[in-house]
Amino acid sequence: METKILWLLPLFPLVAFAFIVLFAHRNRALSHTLAILAVVLSWAGSMFLFWRALQVGAAHLAEEPFHSTVAWLPIGKGFFRLGVQLDPLAAVVLFFVAWTIVMIFVYSVGYHNYGAPEGDHDEKGLPPHGATVEHHGHKHKVPSIEPMYSRFFAFVSLFAFGMYLLVVSDNLLTLFAGWEIMGLCSFLLIGFWFKKPSARDAAIKAFMTTRVGDVFMLLGLAYLYTQVGSLSYADIFNPETLHHLATTAAPALGMSAAGLIGLLLFIGTVGKSAQWPLHVWLPDAMEGPTPVSAMIHAATMVSAGVYLVIRIFPLLAAAGHEAAFASPMPIIAFIGAFTALFAATIAVAQNDIKRVLAYSTISQLGYMVAAVGIGAYVAAAFHLVTHAFFKALLFLGSGSVIHGMEHGVLHTGEHVDPQDMYNMGGLKAKMPITFWTFLIGGFALSGFPVLTAGFWSKDEILAEAYGLGHGGVFWTLAIAAFLTAFYTMRQITLTFLGKPRTEAAVHAHETPLTMTGPLMVLAVFAVAFGWVGVPEHFPVLGGLLPKWFQPWVAATFEGLLPEHGELEFSYFPLLVSISVALGGLLVGWLVYRGVQRADQPDPLEGVLGPLYGVLENKYYFDELYTYLLVKPAYWLGAVFTFRWMDRGVIDRILHTVAYFSWRLGNFLRNRIDLPIVNGLGDAVAEGTKGAGRLLRVVQSGRVQHYMLLALVNATALLALVYYFVTRS
Amino acid sequence: MVPLSWYLVVAALLFGIGVYGVLARRNAVAILIGLELMFNAVLINVVAFWRYLHPAQVPGLVFAVVIFAVAAAEVAVGLALFIAVYRRFGSSDVDDINLLKW
Repeated sequence: METKILWLLPLFPLVAFAFIVLFAHRNRALSHTLAILAVVLSWAGSMFLFWRALQVGAAHLAEEPFHSTVAWLPIGKGFFRLGVQLDPLAAVVLFFVAWTIVMIFVYSVGYHNYGAPEGDHDEKGLPPHGATVEHHGHKHKVPSIEPMYSRFFAFVSLFAFGMYLLVVSDNLLTLFAGWEIMGLCSFLLIGFWFKKPSARDAAIKAFMTTRVGDVFMLLGLAYLYTQVGSLSYADIFNPETLHHLATTAAPALGMSAAGLIGLLLFIGTVGKSAQWPLHVWLPDAMEGPTPVSAMIHAATMVSAGVYLVIRIFPLLAAAGHEAAFASPMPIIAFIGAFTALFAATIAVAQNDIKRVLAYSTISQLGYMVAAVGIGAYVAAAFHLVTHAFFKALLFLGSGSVIHGMEHGVLHTGEHVDPQDMYNMGGLKAKMPITFWTFLIGGFALSGFPVLTAGFWSKDEILAEAYGLGHGGVFWTLAIAAFLTAFYTMRQITLTFLGKPRTEAAVHAHETPLTMTGPLMVLAVFAVAFGWVGVPEHFPVLGGLLPKWFQPWVAATFEGLLPEHGELEFSYFPLLVSISVALGGLLVGWLVYRGVQRADQPDPLEGVLGPLYGVLENKYYFDELYTYLLVKPAYWLGAVFTFRWMDRGVIDRILHTVAYFSWRLGNFLRNRIDLPIVNGLGDAVAEGTKGAGRLLRVVQSGRVQHYMLLALVNATALLALVYYFVTRS
Repeated sequence: MVPLSWYLVVAALLFGIGVYGVLARRNAVAILIGLELMFNAVLINVVAFWRYLHPAQVPGLVFAVVIFAVAAAEVAVGLALFIAVYRRFGSSDVDDINLLKW
């Protein structure tokens, strides 16, 4: 029963996608109904399975997960089997994926202005620009419905299919398939407004950059398959296989096979979860509609990267444990921690509300990756789930803010960027629900103590880093946490507090329930989800609520990991965590509450000087990559391959062959065909004509000549006969 | 009696003259005259052979009479033909009747 539902979970959104594309395209109401119905069914299935999983219990579920396979591809004597599986880790991931996807879908109905009139000059491929309506005798502009409404729901349904497929799969191949489907959908959705060149470029950039990661991931999968002979979790994640992989030497880098495979698969995560150095696509991905940003950057795609690296943790741990070979874990920890700090510094200098969240996502994913790198995979999983909720909340909240601002822009006719935080201000009074939910999300992101989920998960990562003795990682993450709180409060202060800085902000108003509803639901999770993982030794609150999350997830890899003892509880990381969170929030509020005009320079510019420019320009990484990678690649294509090889070499060869053929043809024609063949024919004809001309003379038309000839012939004949007769 | 060969030679000479008249004269009537001479030569030949070889058999003489009659008929037909041709071509010169020329 459970496995049947598992198979169906990805199927509902896929069917919705197919139906919308094939049949429901013209009918907007039908499209969104099909899409939402599909994800609600998948959500219901997910909740049922989660409840069943809870009933069965973690230990039993880890031993015998809900598992079903089909024989998919005949190989040699056996089959390559594909299937679905639900173990404890997959169950929690399924939980947040189901909730966030449903919330985003419902939100999208309002975001794309369902029910609004068609725009005045709207065309497919550009964001809607507003429609003029008559209202009590005077005209004003209101937001218009998205022209490509149905297409959006088709694409996000496909996206949901990809993610569900990834989560329920029981082998790395279908995981990779879901991974790639989501890559395609991110391309389609980032480039949703395809007539904008910036959106097109951003879509290509996203796809190319994640592709780089995917190539290495595929290499890892191939190597894994050659070593193990299978890609299914059951065959890889068992003690014998792990031991074999950890003790086999890999052909490169002085690592074991497990280490190299883990590293290669991790590079896939670097691409998909936008870690440094493959982070460049994520901020540009903000070109897509906001629900897409929420989908890609909170609920699904980037979470898939972290899910992968947690899923293969036994491989990494086995590799790390074997002293004979180099371990991939330090590399992973370094990249994670570095990315966390790196992205947090950039976020501080961004003015676009969505860009701040984009860099924030990169930074938080760095947290999770760093946690896996130091061995704290349970903390990483915890942060993954809480982050999904509050980041989705923040993105949807920012979309609500932008919507409100656009309302104001249309109303006043001002030409301001509705996404620039400096053009906002005072929105707390205009958009209260958005404000309070955004505040909850922001506080969760900053790690506001006790009351938000982000605190529990972030604190756990810091505690593990400290407790396991990784000082560098601990302090890097602590500084990043301070910056996180700082830029979050900066964002909240600039957007919601103070007085409105432009006319558009004055005329902003709250968004409808289909948008604020999901915000409220996600806010509940952003507050409450942390309470399922309270450590026992926590002062006052420890032990009040059962510490459910960590043992639940840890049961997944029971028996597969090298032994390590319980971490000793220490107050130090807890104090650091609380102080950086509250300190960052306070400093952010103090610095930015004095901003009163939209064109005012950022207070940080004075403090940081030229460093501010570097941060605002993202450390010039885009320019570096353009110079190092894009221009050479373009040169390779346009100059080397096209101009030199294709036109210069290949076309030259063809032209030479053609030239010699032409010469040969001319020779054959003029020296052989014409004189000899034609000449022969002509000679026969001319000879015949000449003979005829000669013989024609006989036919004078005069009878007397004919008679003379007859006489001559008759005489000759007679003479001949006479001669022969007398002879005989 | 005179030997037979004298008659045959005369007939041959007459025939030759007749041939010359047919082949070498331009006027159509002259050709007919030549034709007539040829007929008479043949007639002399036939009568000579009858008289000298089989004088008692009348069919020989009858044959000569038939030739005579045929000659006359032929000239009549020939003249009729010539008149029709003259009407068409407007000339009595046979060199002008050369439509079958290439």
